[in-house]
Amino acid sequence: MTEGITNVLMAGVGGQGVLVAGETLALAALADGLEAKQSEVHGVAQRGGSVVSHVRFGPRVHSPLIRCGEASVLYAAERLEALRYAHHLKPGGNIVMDDRAIQPIRMPDAPDTQYPEEVPEFLRSKRYEVLVLEAVREAETLGDKRCANVLLLGALATRLQIGDEAWNLALRERLPAKVLEPVPS
Amino acid sequence: MSGNEAVARGAWEAGTHYATGYPGTPSTEIIETLSGYPGVTAEWSTNEKVAFDVATGVSLAGKRALVTMKHVGLNVAADSFMVLPYSGCIGGFVVVSADDPGMHSSQNEQDNRYFAKFGKVPLLEPVDPQEAKDFVRIAFDISERFETPVLLRTTTRISHTKGVVTLGEPVTPSPKSYETDIPRFLVPPFARRLRPLVEERLERLQEFSESFEYNRVEEGDPGVGVITSGVAYQYAREVLPHATYLRLGMSFPFPVAMVRRFCERFDQVLVIEEGEPFLEESLRVNGIDNVVGKQKIPLTGELNPEILAHAIHGTPPPKSYADEMPIPPRPPLFCLGCPHRGVFYALKKRMKAGVVALGDIGCYTLGGLPPYSSMQTSLCMGASVGNALGFAQATGDNGDRKAVGIIGDGTFLHGGIPGLIDMVYKKSLATLVICDNSTTAMTGQQQNPASGKTIAGEAAPRVDLVRLIESIGVDFVRVIDPYDIQDLRKTLSAAIRHPGPSVVIARHACLMIREEREKVREPIRFDPEPCNFCKACYEFGCPAIDWSDESGPIIDELQCMGCEMCATFCGPGALQPAEAVGLALGDGAS
Repeated sequence: MTEGITNVLMAGVGGQGVLVAGETLALAALADGLEAKQSEVHGVAQRGGSVVSHVRFGPRVHSPLIRCGEASVLYAAERLEALRYAHHLKPGGNIVMDDRAIQPIRMPDAPDTQYPEEVPEFLRSKRYEVLVLEAVREAETLGDKRCANVLLLGALATRLQIGDEAWNLALRERLPAKVLEPVPS
Repeated sequence: MSGNEAVARGAWEAGTHYATGYPGTPSTEIIETLSGYPGVTAEWSTNEKVAFDVATGVSLAGKRALVTMKHVGLNVAADSFMVLPYSGCIGGFVVVSADDPGMHSSQNEQDNRYFAKFGKVPLLEPVDPQEAKDFVRIAFDISERFETPVLLRTTTRISHTKGVVTLGEPVTPSPKSYETDIPRFLVPPFARRLRPLVEERLERLQEFSESFEYNRVEEGDPGVGVITSGVAYQYAREVLPHATYLRLGMSFPFPVAMVRRFCERFDQVLVIEEGEPFLEESLRVNGIDNVVGKQKIPLTGELNPEILAHAIHGTPPPKSYADEMPIPPRPPLFCLGCPHRGVFYALKKRMKAGVVALGDIGCYTLGGLPPYSSMQTSLCMGASVGNALGFAQATGDNGDRKAVGIIGDGTFLHGGIPGLIDMVYKKSLATLVICDNSTTAMTGQQQNPASGKTIAGEAAPRVDLVRLIESIGVDFVRVIDPYDIQDLRKTLSAAIRHPGPSVVIARHACLMIREEREKVREPIRFDPEPCNFCKACYEFGCPAIDWSDESGPIIDELQCMGCEMCATFCGPGALQPAEAVGLALGDGAS
């Protein structure tokens, strides 16, 4: 339908920095001379809940929302959220995910909700290309767990056709230097 | 920039003198952004009607005024909105209504395009952030040329979408000033004379709409005709990339002649719009019947490309993997350390005694969901007070139910005060709990008249809620800190027993306010020795407390904010503040 458009769905849990990561990607696409749109919802929907941001770029972008089943890449900062949004990918699409698990709160009055295990294996069985990082853990060894999104964005960059210079511009524009410094280039 | 940032930029470029509004998703960022521009005053009002009336005053004084609100905000301002077109305005006057299809953060879906028709004011519908910016300037020009308020209607996916916007240069509006004209501005005695003038103005606006440059045809496949507006245009472009489009940037007054010419070219025209059949009805009422609209396109919920593709081509969207793998929901929650948690925990305990909590609009609406489920109603801004009064009236003082209204500080100022006056006047036995977190939290910590700060963070006069409420005639007013749950429970019981209207102010600042967030607190300490496995701490519903039947509470020290609410009701004293167990702030955090 939409020629030359790249669709990246960015998912995670409120507070993980997914919306900032989405803005960084959109800025990188702009710096690479493309048109970009990014869409998300603010407000109470965000309070510790599931968060999703749609980023689309190409020569001409109409809809701010990615049509379900047409995402080229899914960026997931958390394992359950990767699973929740995987069906938005086109067949064989790419997943870049942190294998980190954040348990949704168990409700004392409700039956135990099981948290899914072996998500990357399941997604591979659905023929997606899955790249798994332990970004938060690696970021902690670098000295600042807020670098996790930078590591994930680095992994995302390997799945996209955006130039290094554009990425560097966007990262410097959108993220504080102290989050960028510890990451080896 | 986002659609909201673009509206703010457009207002600045248009030479807006004054902008105001009341925070409401998805409109909030317009006033916040505009307050950062030079040469324009942008500030919050106590509610949307006040905002509208203030902006009207600015316009009457000859300056350009912008007023912003979410869709339901226009209901609050409707009294003013419906009359101003009679006198019309002097300085340009633009009303921004940001609708929330799909109710991402709203209690209802309402298509405010009907308000334009209802109030007889011109309506502009941008399709992206660029048009959102450009339309503000155009709206001001239309407003001054036709001496009418103009409604600029956006939706969540315009307001919160970021896209590329080409900036313009700021203009200086032509100077205007107020001249006494009583037969024009003293509406009631002259309303009969003014009424036909509103229709005459609409006729002139109709002519304008027929040749408005943003009501335009985009040629494509001569066999497929589509009429659309707003963000629905963008979704349609994805699903029917090659169709011939008529996009309506100004959909009221409806450009009938232009639309008729368009429809004559096709056997059948598809009308693609989000929400109500606003365009479709305008077509049909003018006898243009070769159209298909809401027979195909869903009327409820937010539109998106997959829903549209399903409606037009019959292609179902892919299904989630929930059938094959567990995908537990991740609902929104009270933040860690949120003072509301204490209020709803205490209320839950009171429910067994027959208390009915009638609620309101704010973060605290989450108190109606598990694990608290203790706020039982929530309708609209300020409703809790009158609802509690009415419930108490109907159940009587000897009934086995006791009505408690629950409202936030911002919502109380917005629409709760008249209800409380009535509680006193009608000698009600209802209780009102004001969850005072010193901010308008749900929309992102905006200042309000009880927070003591302006939008720019500067000191402002602060409404003293206690003195205000006492002056109304409430003789039971208590201020407590909801972090002290025992005190909260005792005070709540006393208020409910009080033989007259009573008010409990549960006051603790929202932890999302930067200064509050940056206070260092130690995580709570668990001492397994005295624990009697009563599970009260787990049932408190704090995300930082999990449970093990073998060892008792499991404190997530990374998440725990050290609010210490759990310690205040832990009977055996197994949960203790770090200080109490000899750990000074700042050391020993593991």
